[in-house]
Amino acid sequence: MSGYTPHTDADVASMLDFLGLASLDELFSVVPEALRLAGGLDLPPGRPEPDVFAHMEDLAAANRPCGRDLVCFAGAGAYDHEVPPVTRALASRSEFVTSYTPYQPEVAQGVLQAVFEFQTLVARLSGLAVSNASLYDGAASLVEAVNLAVGSTGRQDVWVSHGVNPTWREVLATFAAGTGHQVHDIPLVGGTTDWAATAFDDYDEPGALVVAYPNYLGCLEDLREARARCDRSGALLIVAFDPVCAGVLRSPGDWGADVVVGEGQALGMPLGFGGPYLGLFACSMDHVRRLPGRLVGETVDAEGRRAYVTTLRAREQDIRREKATSNVCTNQTLMAVTAAIQLGWLGTAGMAEVALRSARGARYCRDGLLTVPGVEPLTTAPVLREFALRLPVDAAMAVERLADEGFLAGVALDPSYAGGRTDGLLVAVTERRTRAEIDAFVSTFEKAVR
Amino acid sequence: MMVDDLVPSPPAGGRAASAPLLGRDTEPTLFELSQPGRHAWQLRTTGVPELPVEDLVPEAHRRTSPVALAEVSERDLVGHFTRLSHRQFSVDLGAYPLGSCTMKYNPKICDAVAVLPGLADVHPAAPSNCIQGWLELLVELEEALCEITGMAAATLQPAAGAAGELTGLLLMRAWFAARGESRHKVIIPDSAHGTNPASVTLGGFEVVTVPSDRRGCVDVEALHAELDEDVAGIMLTNPNTLGLFEEDIRSIADAVHGVGGLLYYDGANLNAILGVVRPGDMGFDIVHLNLHKTFATPHGGGGPGAGPVAVSERLAPFLPGPRATRLGDTSSPRFGWTTPERSIGRVHSWHGNALVLARALTYVLVHGNDGLRDVARLAVLNANWLRKRLSSTFDAPYDRPCMHECVVSASSLKRSTGVKALDVAKRLLEEGFHSPTVYFPLIVDEALMIEPTETESLQTLEALASALERIVAEAATPEGARAATEAPHLTPVRRVDEARAARHLVPTFDARSS
Repeated sequence: MSGYTPHTDADVASMLDFLGLASLDELFSVVPEALRLAGGLDLPPGRPEPDVFAHMEDLAAANRPCGRDLVCFAGAGAYDHEVPPVTRALASRSEFVTSYTPYQPEVAQGVLQAVFEFQTLVARLSGLAVSNASLYDGAASLVEAVNLAVGSTGRQDVWVSHGVNPTWREVLATFAAGTGHQVHDIPLVGGTTDWAATAFDDYDEPGALVVAYPNYLGCLEDLREARARCDRSGALLIVAFDPVCAGVLRSPGDWGADVVVGEGQALGMPLGFGGPYLGLFACSMDHVRRLPGRLVGETVDAEGRRAYVTTLRAREQDIRREKATSNVCTNQTLMAVTAAIQLGWLGTAGMAEVALRSARGARYCRDGLLTVPGVEPLTTAPVLREFALRLPVDAAMAVERLADEGFLAGVALDPSYAGGRTDGLLVAVTERRTRAEIDAFVSTFEKAVR
Repeated sequence: MMVDDLVPSPPAGGRAASAPLLGRDTEPTLFELSQPGRHAWQLRTTGVPELPVEDLVPEAHRRTSPVALAEVSERDLVGHFTRLSHRQFSVDLGAYPLGSCTMKYNPKICDAVAVLPGLADVHPAAPSNCIQGWLELLVELEEALCEITGMAAATLQPAAGAAGELTGLLLMRAWFAARGESRHKVIIPDSAHGTNPASVTLGGFEVVTVPSDRRGCVDVEALHAELDEDVAGIMLTNPNTLGLFEEDIRSIADAVHGVGGLLYYDGANLNAILGVVRPGDMGFDIVHLNLHKTFATPHGGGGPGAGPVAVSERLAPFLPGPRATRLGDTSSPRFGWTTPERSIGRVHSWHGNALVLARALTYVLVHGNDGLRDVARLAVLNANWLRKRLSSTFDAPYDRPCMHECVVSASSLKRSTGVKALDVAKRLLEEGFHSPTVYFPLIVDEALMIEPTETESLQTLEALASALERIVAEAATPEGARAATEAPHLTPVRRVDEARAARHLVPTFDARSS
């Protein structure tokens, strides 16, 4: 028996005796003999922790993590922002880590209050009235927002700017196969949504318009135009925002978004090879009864003291079953708690400072890279933390070459963002990049794209 | 009072009644602790030119004042979240017999692995020669999960069980579409988790519910009556949510396959059968696993989870991509990404909840074939011991051997004393245990669904059973019944007014009517 199961031989014997059984195998007498695994699983026997840890260290050693030996200029939805020791320490407290969904609020006030604070923080960042308790990731939030919009408007056609993260759009298309939503793409021009190229607002009854702010190429979209088109057509405006850039940008709610979605990884989560991340989801109070996932509300206990509990439960799958508009159950609560801690650490001034410093670094880096012969801007619209370039060589090849030199240079763009070519590169700069790192990156870049 | 009286009897490693909860005050919110000008943040000195925000953000896009968050010192931040953590029950604190949730102890080695910089600091879009370790890890996990489930291939992208369900249903849809068929119905037993019917609807199918028979299993005759060429498949949990093994699974599988339908295995209860019997051998075509249940990646207060979906050979070409793939032991690089030829597409922004996947592989390796089988055997032993011990305390709606969990009913207790399943659950909290799941499955009146898991000791089970017996015995007197209906008394807050929360919705600090 492993060290994780406490049963002594005497315990097992006495328990079997109590049950009137002769062996552990008899516990499974209800399983038809023919179905039972005769020889056991074809897996190696269990190994001691130190051996397994060494194996996992071997696997880890076969990766190249971001850090001093691979300075990160990659983004595309996963960013290398500061995660201080205090966030890591608090977020790894086992009371948060090893609890279940707060079904018994009397013994779950810790998680419930932390999520209530998270909801408040996300509402303030997004500029909308209500946030849920989290979804899986940015893509999942987008899928749920579109479902909300279709449910709310009764219209199945949704229009999505090409400036929305391509993997999110891919996930949206995957799930649209089940719901039957018609997803239409709006192309970009100069890096932002090409309003002239779309028949969106002439179209018969669009259910939603989705725009990213900043978008995948780092550009700032004209949300006034987006709002106006929604007002004309009756579509809901869904804005995919970036919670870090929100530190200096007007909030999507201020621009008139009905629903705001986002990827919350930058709020205290490591790059983690893509997960677990944090789907952000906020909406106006008009739509609260269609909100997907869990929602924590404040109330009182039997003695009139302030208390928190998951609320509007009648929306959820375990009660509405096949009539539920979302199937979300387990979400990313620990990541929501992490984000609340990180936002508490940043505070009002730190939030603005991270956004500002990232923008400064991006400007400095972009100016430097544009001095490299053959490198050109791919977009003309204003950018903030992230920007797209056209290289004189294949972008994926440049990324591989620069990795050999100690830089994760960015993410090679899908040809649909680069006029059908493979020379587009997306570069992100966070507040963690120093002038010395950027200078070294620029000079190495020059050699790599020659 | 003698000193020894303070030790709970019987002493048990999984009982938390000794946890000190200081004071009865409410913890202020972060926003109430905030003082203008106070701060905790510190950022790197970069030397990057300090352009003013006006030079960086066009006026139309610039916010006019910072986002008001909270302004606290690091010390106050730590105090606040530490105190919140003290208001939270967890597996590490005590036994958590929450049925259907598999709240087992989570080995700490998994935490240590998940923070290795070589795993935690890897960018998900890094080129494949920078991520060979991660790709190998994913392949190794996929192969282990396929062996455990008896399947041919798997996607590790789904972030939780419900995401896995929907992925599985879209695989069904793609399978039939590829055969030029359009099928509309998916069969679900009335004992199923709520995510099943919700996922079926989102998958574009229509739910057909089949009843359970008197033994608590799928009513096979009723099932046969529903089977026709419009049935895309059936979703089953086996053992089911009553903790009972569907003994007729082979004939169910034959019948569903007989009309061309597919069988979907909801892996919520996989803990019961690890290394004993495999979904693939039972005839299932699609299986999702809840790594956060069976493979001890902690629940985090409600996620992150991971819900990989494993399929039989014929469905493998439809799996989401990209998938980590072994390119060959002599090729360079050895591992890469491939997308199945008829893939339904991505179901996650990146590659799934990767650090959860690393924890799960660690768990599989430390247990191995022998340890995983012991997990199932001891989980089932514990559940049956509790079932038998409690059989004279509560009603037993299905009085036969269970698997990893047992469902009892407080129906008689309610009739004779007015004490409901909910009251038992609340009263148990102040005995130092988390409550069982209550009022589920829906087909059992006043249900208490108890899943002790394999990591609780006999002594903890005895203490838990004694506590439940005491609660029921006390309910026989009016004072005892009142104590139960008013419980809990000792927790950080007393019974919470859920109706008020919904009626006067306060979802944020700013929504308070002050």
